[in-house]
Amino acid sequence: MSYVGSSVKRIEDRPLLTGEARFAADLSLPDQLHMRVVRSPVAHGRLLEVDTSEARSMDGVEAVWTGDDVREVPPIDFRMAWVEGLERFRQSILAADHVRYVGEPVAIVLAEDPYLAEDAAELVFAGIDELDPVVDPMAAGPAAIETTVVEKAYGDLEGAFGDAPVVVEMELAVGRHSGVPMETRGALACYDPLRSVLEMFGAAKVPHHNRAAIASMLGLPLGAVVLREGHVGGGFGIRGELYPEDVLVCLAALRLGRPIRWVEDRREHMLAANHSRDQVHRIRAAVESDGRIRGVIDEFWVDQGAYLRTHQVTVTELTTSMLPGPYAWPAYRSRGHVMLSNKTPCGTYRAPGRYESTFVRERLIEVIAHRLSLDSSEVRRRNLVPPERMPFERGIAALGTEVTYDSGDYPGLLDRTLEYLDYEQLTADLARRRSDGERVGLGMGFFVEKSGLGPFDGVRVTVDEAGQVLVVTGVASIGQGVETVLAQVCADALGVGIESVRVRHGQTDDLAYGMGAFASRVTVMSGSATLIAARRVRRKAVDVAASVLEADPDDLTIDRGRVFVRGSPGGPAITLGEVARRLRPGLTAGEPGLTAEGWFTVDHMVYPYGIHAAVVRVDPDSGQVEVERLVVAYEVGKAVNPELVHGQIAGGAAQGIGGALLEDFAYDESGQPLAATFMDYLMPTVAEMPDVEVLLLEEAPSPANPLGVKGAGEGGITAVGAAVANAVAEALGRPEEVTRLPLGPERVRRIAAGVA
Amino acid sequence: MAPGYYTPAFMKPAPFDYHQARSVAEAVAHLGEYGYEAKILAGGQSLVPAMNFRLARPAVLVDINPLDELDYLEEDGDTLRIGAMVRHVTFERPVTEGPTGRLLAMAAHHVGHLPIRVRGTFGGSLAHADPAAEWCVIALLLDAELATRSPSGGRDIPAADFFQTVFTTALEPEELLVEARLPNLAPHTRIGFQQFSRRAGDFALTMAAVALEADDGPVANARIALGGVSDRPVRAGEAEQALEGQPATDESFRAAAEIAAQEFDAIGDIHGSADYRRDLVRALTRRALEQAIST
Ligand SMILES: Cc1cc2nc3c(=O)[nH]c(=O)nc-3n(C[C@H](O)[C@H](O)[C@H](O)COP(=O)(O)OP(=O)(O)OC[C@H]3O[C@@H](n4cnc5c(N)ncnc54)[C@H](O)[C@@H]3O)c2cc1C
Repeated sequence: MSYVGSSVKRIEDRPLLTGEARFAADLSLPDQLHMRVVRSPVAHGRLLEVDTSEARSMDGVEAVWTGDDVREVPPIDFRMAWVEGLERFRQSILAADHVRYVGEPVAIVLAEDPYLAEDAAELVFAGIDELDPVVDPMAAGPAAIETTVVEKAYGDLEGAFGDAPVVVEMELAVGRHSGVPMETRGALACYDPLRSVLEMFGAAKVPHHNRAAIASMLGLPLGAVVLREGHVGGGFGIRGELYPEDVLVCLAALRLGRPIRWVEDRREHMLAANHSRDQVHRIRAAVESDGRIRGVIDEFWVDQGAYLRTHQVTVTELTTSMLPGPYAWPAYRSRGHVMLSNKTPCGTYRAPGRYESTFVRERLIEVIAHRLSLDSSEVRRRNLVPPERMPFERGIAALGTEVTYDSGDYPGLLDRTLEYLDYEQLTADLARRRSDGERVGLGMGFFVEKSGLGPFDGVRVTVDEAGQVLVVTGVASIGQGVETVLAQVCADALGVGIESVRVRHGQTDDLAYGMGAFASRVTVMSGSATLIAARRVRRKAVDVAASVLEADPDDLTIDRGRVFVRGSPGGPAITLGEVARRLRPGLTAGEPGLTAEGWFTVDHMVYPYGIHAAVVRVDPDSGQVEVERLVVAYEVGKAVNPELVHGQIAGGAAQGIGGALLEDFAYDESGQPLAATFMDYLMPTVAEMPDVEVLLLEEAPSPANPLGVKGAGEGGITAVGAAVANAVAEALGRPEEVTRLPLGPERVRRIAAGVA
Repeated sequence: MAPGYYTPAFMKPAPFDYHQARSVAEAVAHLGEYGYEAKILAGGQSLVPAMNFRLARPAVLVDINPLDELDYLEEDGDTLRIGAMVRHVTFERPVTEGPTGRLLAMAAHHVGHLPIRVRGTFGGSLAHADPAAEWCVIALLLDAELATRSPSGGRDIPAADFFQTVFTTALEPEELLVEARLPNLAPHTRIGFQQFSRRAGDFALTMAAVALEADDGPVANARIALGGVSDRPVRAGEAEQALEGQPATDESFRAAAEIAAQEFDAIGDIHGSADYRRDLVRALTRRALEQAIST
């Protein structure tokens, strides 16, 4: 029997369902102090002085530190750097002489209990000489800081635009929203004199990287810092990056010799954790009259917020390189301006750069179709990369790797989707409903995702003498089902029951290297590494068994942890536990232990692709958009666990609807955030969600990894904004006016009334 | 070192003292003693979040949850008497036969989510005076009378005088709201309730509650109350007057809705500008009138 490909129940769910899970806030240590961060109440200003005397004099307050107290700690470095010379835009762990967004840490209070810490934090007075904030960098003129411009181009644009029969030009924007995990951030750090290590609990996503960064910032050897990942209540790109608070708890634990605990509250989270999106594009396409696109020129501005955080310009980089999506445009240029403003800094959020660029591209396709009076799926079809050209080299690089679409049949997916939708019937039904006065519409978005970012990940598989298997990996789990998926791969490759496999992840002292959980990479990278390691263990076990059973290793097989001659399960056999016993040091001439590491390295990403289709109904009175149907057709190469893929897609789709209709980190003109609670930052609830229909395809396995998999973490969200926007445009009979997400009811009503 | 378990608190109110009242008299005595410093704790569904954000920082909390004497519903002649501690959820099924109970039930489903309705109280909602609270709008629609107790006795306040501005009522600091008296609507009264919120369970951006009589004849006793438009729940008096004596037709409803939309300086926030709220008033008033006449 094969585990891979079947919807095995999640093996990590027991503690989650029984309330035994340990999230960051569930942890505490004896004698701990609680950290509270004092944050800037204004968007921009010169920090004159921070008066901590009253707070320090409170009983139970151990320390209050400001920027002056942590000057020796360098700013937080880029985890992913694509452009040189941007170091001056990094964020310090406490503001030094300026504050640049509401929520920027200006001081910390360390106290005996968290209530006291908050009481004391209220008594820290930051003297700030307020300066004019930049809230909209595009309107700010010279006051706006442009950190850099990211440009990618290929092909002959002059030729494309020179005598183009049709040129379509649009301005399109995606608002500021982000992943908002159910669990807020939190960390608990302590110095353990017994082992001379600084240990931090509450790590997520990229523990190994953050360990190195913390060690370097605090001047410690790498071996003196251990990061531990516990249960994580959602990642989405924003959780687990290195933030000022993580470094501050570590620093305080070192200095004070006591454990330091910090748990973020929701309001802080909305102000302090990474925001995302927030792009304005001006795009121009040169088009043949049959809808074939000769070339595209895009210029866009990313409102990055106050600092460049760990991702540096990753989102801009991904936007420029992924904007062409599934289309074979012969000429293209995109220029992304990375702008600073006095708002919360931004990072990556599920499908970074693709949610935005897919919205822009697929709205453009829709408007081209409208101008040429063509069906938009026909325009799509005429521009898709044909299967014969796979693998398709785009001629540009993304994240330091050449963009080469590994495999795929894009027109085939379009056919399948239209067939699933019963396209002709559906469009006829919707047209009839519209003529009956309803405002309904269908919209689609075709997208290419990227996944499996390298360069490496590793796994160690060990079988103990009881036959129990431990898979240790350097990646992290943000709740997506890593344990189950790796256990499935391991159980199949090794020939054991999945119930005997345990998976451990996210502990930096387990494995020397680990890349982490982002870019839909874990199943691709760690899954492949698991396969490699498990095969090595299997080889080792078979060799030992062959000598015991006096058989040819090639004749042996392993099933449910027993090694025997293929075809004679009832004959002589030896268990893997017994094999392990025979591999004790001294008993074997080779490497002791039934264990092996597997490392998987790649220099290219893999590119899953899909189509989203949305049917919406607009209430003409309120402008409220109801998503009646949301279909996600997605090609993943191979679904290790189809149910988990469905879960990823449904969750992504919900977040996509949030960004399309509801979520908006709005600011007023003085830079005050207007959506810093769940009263104002509206995430979709189950009541706003249709059942997400998933058409999961496994027809274009990736040649780039031994499992044939493509990542599935992001494809649920990528084209939701595009599909919903296109559907609203059709519902309102306003093909060109839908240009901005989110489509809140007031905006929709204005578009409907023609006053947008 | 293995970290152990801990029961955490994420958002922390400023320090306060806590008193559990064992009787209305005791609660009132506490209010008399602490005045402005004190706050009543009813369902806690508005007060506790505000305290955790430190937007409200009472020095003393007087918890009236133990007071069964405030948890009652009585029909007294033509009046429905609602004790201050009756929970929202109670109204999900009609508490009286006839239109009043049905109207309360229509509105009840829109008050937050179930867990909020299980804790939150009728009296708490009135005392909190959110301009978009269902109970406030209905109290105004029905010309309710709100009964209070204080160290100096007590008084009855007409709903029209009770709601003053956002989160502000006629209640004095030492005054406890004990009862709402809702004059029952005449049995043949037709009712409508419409609201718009961006998500299920959110406070409405705008709502309209209507009651009118129109059996085979012109509209009589038309009442229209609106929430979320102004700094307090309001009656659309001009629209009510315009409807009076008119035939119950689409045309007259549209005209009344248009008047209602123009009657107030609407408020705006990030979820909807003043203009947009006016648009909503127009639509919701019309829908509520249509609903009233068609059911
Ligand atoms: C997520 C969420 C959504 C919500 N959505 C809605 C909604 O859609 N519609 C809606 O109407 N409400 C909504 N609410 C608020 C909810 O209905 C509250 O229950 C209500 O506003 C207050 O009632 P309470 O009993 O919880 O009062 P509390 O929160 O305990 O008190 C509120 C205020 O009233 C005072 N008070 C309470 N009782 C008395 C009394 N008897 N005498 C004098 N003063 C008193 C308190 O001191 C305090 O100032 C929502 C709340 C939440 C958390």
